[in-house]
Amino acid sequence: MGLALLAVIWLITFVSTYFFIWHPWWLPAGVSASAAAIDHQFVTTYILMGIVFVLAQCSLGLFAWQYRDRGSSAPPVDYSHGNTTMEIVWTVLTGVLFVGLNLMGSKIWAAERFEPAQASAVPVEVTGMQFAWYFRYPGPDGKFGITNPKLMDPSAGSEAAIGLDTSDPAAKDDVVTGTMFLPVNRQVDFTLRAVDVIHSFFIPNMRFKQDAVPGLAIHMHVTPTQIGDYEIACAELCGLGHYKMHGMVKVVSQEDFDKWIAAREAEKQ
Amino acid sequence: MDRRAGGGETIMATSEVVHAHAGPQGFIRKYIFSLDHKVIGIQYFFLALTAVWVGMFLSLLMRIHLIWPQVNLPIVGHIQPETYLSLLTMHGTIMVFFVLTTAPQGGFGNYFLPIQIGAPDMAFPVLNMLSFWTTFVAFVVMLAAFFVTGGAPLHGWTGYPPLSAVQSTGPGEGLGADLWITSIAIFCAASLMGALNFITTTLDLRAKGMTLMRMPLTVWSWFITAILGLLAFGVLLSAGILLLMDRNLGTSFFVPVIVVNGQLMGHKGGSPLLWQHLFWFFGHPEVYIAILPGMGVTSQILSTFARKPIFGYRAMVYAMLGIGFLGFMVWGHHMFMSGMSPYSAFAFSLLTMAIGVPSAIKTFNWLGTLYKGRIRFYTPMLFAVGFVSLFVSGGLSGPFLAQPTLDIPLHDTYFVVGHFHLIMGVAAIFGIFAATYYWFPKMFGRMMNEGLGKAHFWLTFIGTYAIFMPMHYLGMAGHPRRYSQLTEVAYLHNLIPLQTFMTYAAFITIGAQFIFVINLFWSMLKGPKAADNPWDATTVEWTTATPPPHDNFGGQTPVIHNGPYEYGVPGAARDFVMQTDPAVGAAH
Repeated sequence: MGLALLAVIWLITFVSTYFFIWHPWWLPAGVSASAAAIDHQFVTTYILMGIVFVLAQCSLGLFAWQYRDRGSSAPPVDYSHGNTTMEIVWTVLTGVLFVGLNLMGSKIWAAERFEPAQASAVPVEVTGMQFAWYFRYPGPDGKFGITNPKLMDPSAGSEAAIGLDTSDPAAKDDVVTGTMFLPVNRQVDFTLRAVDVIHSFFIPNMRFKQDAVPGLAIHMHVTPTQIGDYEIACAELCGLGHYKMHGMVKVVSQEDFDKWIAAREAEKQ
Repeated sequence: MDRRAGGGETIMATSEVVHAHAGPQGFIRKYIFSLDHKVIGIQYFFLALTAVWVGMFLSLLMRIHLIWPQVNLPIVGHIQPETYLSLLTMHGTIMVFFVLTTAPQGGFGNYFLPIQIGAPDMAFPVLNMLSFWTTFVAFVVMLAAFFVTGGAPLHGWTGYPPLSAVQSTGPGEGLGADLWITSIAIFCAASLMGALNFITTTLDLRAKGMTLMRMPLTVWSWFITAILGLLAFGVLLSAGILLLMDRNLGTSFFVPVIVVNGQLMGHKGGSPLLWQHLFWFFGHPEVYIAILPGMGVTSQILSTFARKPIFGYRAMVYAMLGIGFLGFMVWGHHMFMSGMSPYSAFAFSLLTMAIGVPSAIKTFNWLGTLYKGRIRFYTPMLFAVGFVSLFVSGGLSGPFLAQPTLDIPLHDTYFVVGHFHLIMGVAAIFGIFAATYYWFPKMFGRMMNEGLGKAHFWLTFIGTYAIFMPMHYLGMAGHPRRYSQLTEVAYLHNLIPLQTFMTYAAFITIGAQFIFVINLFWSMLKGPKAADNPWDATTVEWTTATPPPHDNFGGQTPVIHNGPYEYGVPGAARDFVMQTDPAVGAAH
């Protein structure tokens, strides 16, 4: 039975580790300025935890087999209540490992969450509702117009869905869309809102995730670094259509972005 | 005699008189409204057994729906996306509250804590009975949510408002959600009664010589779990009442101005994050409420079947105290992406990482206990070794999720689902299985079948790894949790084969649980008669008759002379020295 435990525990360990190393399933390609640092922190954690995982599981399997009851021929057990020196050694080691990992990652978090967006960032307001995302650009005046909950009409879509008050002068040039366009290599200043329940704005390729919470306007920033189309998924349970609350980000050149926004402005006239 | 000792004896004598009650008369007082902690323990055990089959059946329906969304099942019919969300809500709630909280603490804790400390019953037998029947009512109310208009709620076991606070946010958010919250509130009240009883019993009713540092680690684990319960369930109870008020009385604790389906709701000024703080202030300690008794029983069983003292008894006690203490300061690690101040993430993250240290101490000490032992592989031992393996696997994904930076890609993905299922679900369930196989002879007077037990172990061990390990791969690939269909988001299509594999693994694992149930009931009726101490174990429950008499010790109060894990003592007549045997030395 000890041998069977050794075999099965080792097998589970090696098969799991094999898939972790071969990684047919892995983080999607990173296309934002922060992706490299986040991925590096992930891989570091991954390797360190992987080593602990293999060592602990292999020792468990090995001990189960090596110290099985071999009947009367076996040596007597080691009558010991423990070893204080060893307790201190592994307490300190794990303390250093875990706290060290934590401190390593904290710089990335600070860059993501403590620093405000640059003044030159593209402002985009993201609004989540059951079960769609809307994106708003402030237009040439650089100012978002007022929205009013009393005016919200999700069935009408776009401007009406987010309750844009068209009598506000600042609202005249606001552009509201269902697909997000972003210029490449420029920071984006998101304002995240939700009108009904909590949603979570998750762009896996950009290593971006932030809940959108009713009653809060949450500012976040990200810099896309590669032209292409990327999926948005909702990552917070928001009701029966949670699974289909997805959207697209189209990252384009600055030139194409300017053209696109000019065309939308023209449509409004 | 000094005054302190004298005072202690007076208290002891008083509490013995207070709780001493006559043996039960008649069927109803003996088996239904019983005051005997052993009967109540068995009642909790069967409640949890019922609940675990309900919870498991729901998970099976979920796995089937994910892979074959169009299939028409007999009786159940065609599962809609919203039904899937009701299934996951009820699966999570039933498993967390009525299985993982109920079986280890209410079941085994109730039965064995008094016996292991040499007490004739719990400190408050009537409260104990009330605690069980209140839990039972909570379970009935929870199940009722399936059968009302709109069905069970779809807001997940975490019940985040506004989704859970407003009726029009989805089907199931009407009466179903009210029943769900009411059930949890009732459950909290029941758990508070239980927690008070466990704490008082441990502090006041220990037999002569049963010092704190001679208590079995199981007793320590139930004691610490009770303290966690006392501090955590009150908070959830209050939060649940506030949520009910938001839903039915027009208050706005958790709901700001919102528009649902174009309808402006009457709320304003509430904070959805307030619920998350209150919920996780309970929710994180709840994780330890589920797993600590498993740690206790694993320590007990590893020492017993390795025929060796537990490695570092004191370190094990301090580690559990450390886990319990730190467990109250880390709730924010569930909220890194919630919109909470990003500065507080630093503190929550560091404290969460710190929990890794006592957890690692426990793992090392379990390995140290096996080292140079003489391991007897009976079924309880297999499950205890399985617990250690699963605790390591589930624990090591913790340091990923404890880092806010890595929560950016991993939060609310299957990585989290894999993490908590391995550690809080499967490892804790392995603790419950280990406890069942280990204590069944004492509880029911018969032995369970070893062959069936081992078959159950191997299939469950391999099966649960096959279900939950791949969830980590899904999470890394960005698969969000709580998605009822995988068809709408393009990048999920590649992950369907892995999901399919997990569904097949779930079929096999759930099939293996029939072996357990057959073994359980067959052995209860037909198993070979058990001796008083079939495992050559040292703790007090093995000194008394099998099954124990009404007052546990037949009128004799045990006197304790030894620590709980004196195995392989050099020079002793047998390879184990029981806690009630003459003292073997000054070590404990």
